[in-house]
Amino acid sequence: MKIEGQVRIPSGCAIAAAVSRDGERFSGERIIRSMPCMHDRSNGLGGGFAAYGIYPEYKEQYAFHIFFDNDNARSECESLLSKSFEIVRDEFIPIRKIPEIKDVPIIRRYFVSPFKSVLSRLQLDEDEYVVRTVMDINTNLSGAYVFSSGKNMGAFKAVGYPEDVGRFYRLEEYQGYMWTAHGRYPTNTPGWWGGAHPFGLLDYTIVHNGEISSYDANRRCIEMYGYKCSLQTDTEVITYIADYLLRRKGLTLGELASVIAAPFWSTIDSKEPKVKAELTYLRKTFPSLLITGPFSIVLGFNGGLMALNDRLKLRSMVVAEKDDMVYIASEEAAIRAMESAAGRIYYPAGGEPVIVKVKEGRY
Amino acid sequence: MIIDASGLDYKRINEKLAASVGDATISGCIGQRFIAAGLGERNISIDGIPGNALGAYLNGAHIKVNGNAQDAVGDTMNDGEIAVYGDIGDAVGYAMRGGAIYIKGNSGYRVGVHMKEYKDKKPAIVVGGRTGSFLGEYQAGGIILVLGLNDDSKPIVGNFPGTGMHGGKLILRGNADGIKFPSQTNKRTASDEDMAQITPLIKRYCLLFGADESKLLNDSYTVVVPDTKNPYKQMYVAN
Repeated sequence: MKIEGQVRIPSGCAIAAAVSRDGERFSGERIIRSMPCMHDRSNGLGGGFAAYGIYPEYKEQYAFHIFFDNDNARSECESLLSKSFEIVRDEFIPIRKIPEIKDVPIIRRYFVSPFKSVLSRLQLDEDEYVVRTVMDINTNLSGAYVFSSGKNMGAFKAVGYPEDVGRFYRLEEYQGYMWTAHGRYPTNTPGWWGGAHPFGLLDYTIVHNGEISSYDANRRCIEMYGYKCSLQTDTEVITYIADYLLRRKGLTLGELASVIAAPFWSTIDSKEPKVKAELTYLRKTFPSLLITGPFSIVLGFNGGLMALNDRLKLRSMVVAEKDDMVYIASEEAAIRAMESAAGRIYYPAGGEPVIVKVKEGRY
Repeated sequence: MIIDASGLDYKRINEKLAASVGDATISGCIGQRFIAAGLGERNISIDGIPGNALGAYLNGAHIKVNGNAQDAVGDTMNDGEIAVYGDIGDAVGYAMRGGAIYIKGNSGYRVGVHMKEYKDKKPAIVVGGRTGSFLGEYQAGGIILVLGLNDDSKPIVGNFPGTGMHGGKLILRGNADGIKFPSQTNKRTASDEDMAQITPLIKRYCLLFGADESKLLNDSYTVVVPDTKNPYKQMYVAN
C-alpha cells in the first residue's frame, strides 16, 4: 500500500445546505444527493448531516443524540440524565445495515426536559443547564458522547463517506425545513465518530471546510467561559464560539461574522465612521475569537442558517436560489445535483455572511 | 464525438477524451475535476458544470464551457484557450504560463495568482464582469484584463488587487478611482502601446461573447505594473 506522500489524494472537505424560507419540510434525500459529486473532497473518514424541523411531535423537548462505546457507558449516562431530566421518550436511532459503515457504536436518542426543581435550585435557564450537562457528559463520562442537543432538530454523523452516512441513518425517512451536510477529509486529527461534522450544541450546528490556524488561541479563550474542547478536532470550537457570542453575549449573526472573520484593520479604516467604530469595537472586545486560517462554514440554528468564508476566502462557497429555497455548497455542481434549475448563483466574498431566515411562525 | 459524463468520474472522462480524435462535446458534466488536463490541440465543448482544475496543464486545446465553471480553471495552463460563457469560481489561471482564458461574466478571488511569462509565452486572462479580491496576487507575467461589464453596480475589483505583484500587467477598464494598489506598483492610463497589446484580447472577447467592440476599444483603461524602483524589500530577509 502506498503511504501518504507517495500518492496524491485530491481533497478538501465538502459542505452543503438546503433551506426552505417558507418552512416547507422535505426529505433528507435531496441533501444526500449533493454529496456524491463532491465525493473526492472527502476520504471516507467522516460524514454527517444536521436536520431542522424533524421532531415536531417533541418540539418542546431537547433531543439528545448520543454515541455509547458500550452498555456500561450507556447505563451510567442514563442514570445521570434521569436524575435531572424528565425523559419523555428514548429509543435507538434507526439505522440501515450497509457494508460501507463499520464499527458502529450504540446510537440512541432521548427527548428530555430538565426538571423545573433542578433549574430553580441552580438558578439557571434550561438552555444553560443543557449546555452544562452536555459538557459534563462529553468531558467526564468515558465512552458517552452527546453529539446533538437541540429542540426539533438533530445531527447524524459517522465515519464513512457522507452519501453512505445518509443512507445508514435512513435520512430519506425524515422531513425537515433545513438540512446541512458535510464530507470530511481530516488532515491533523483522527477520523472517529465523534469527530465527524456537524458539531452541535443546543440547536447550533457547524459544518466546516478548512483548518483553524488560531485554534489554540480560540480554545484557551472559550474554555475560560466553561466550554471544554474534548473532541480532538478544531471545528468544535466554532460551535462553542457561536453559542457564547449569540446566546450568552446576545450578538447578532452579522456581529458574530465580524468577530470570527474580522476585516483587516486597513479595510476597517476605509469604512464610514459608524461602521468603522462598530468593527473596531468588535475586534478589540473579542480579539481571541478571531478565527484565522482557511474556512467555509455553515452555522445552522432553529429557523435559519449563516454561511461564512474566512476573510481571505481560502475556501470555496457558492449560493443559489429557487423559489423559496436557498442552496449553499462548496461547489456549484453540488447545488445543481440538488436543484438543476437553481438560479441567482453567487459567490460570497471572504467574511461576507450569508444569512437565511425561515419566515416567523413557519418552523 | 459526444461523451455523456453522467455517471462517469473524471478518470473515465479523460480516458474517453484520450481515446477519441477530433472535436469532442462533453455533456451532463456535474463537478468532475481535471477535465481535459494536459490536452493538446483539440476543440472541446462542455455542457453542465465542469469540476475544479478544468484544463489544468492544458497544452493547446480550445475549451468552450457553455455555462459556469468552478475553481482553479486553467491551473498551470501552458497553451490553448478556455472560454467560459458564464461566471467562474476562484483562482482562475493559477500559475498559468501560456494561452488565454476568457470569462464572459464575473470571476471569484485570486484571478491569475502567480501567473508568469517567459520569452514568447505570454498568458492572458480576460474577465468580462468584475473580479473578487487579490486580483493578480503575486503576478509575475502576462496580462490580466478586467472589463467590468457587470450590471450589478458592484466595484470592478474587490480588495487588495496586485498584492505581491512583480511582473506582467494588470489592466482595468476605466480610471480605477478609489481602488488601492500596493505601494510597490505603479498605476498609469493605458498608452498606445498598451492598447495595441490588449486590442486583440478585446476583439477576441467580443467575437466570443458578442460585446460592443468599438465602444470597448474607445474606452480608457488603467494599467498597473510593478514599480521597479520600489521593489519588495526586507519583507522576509534583510536584503
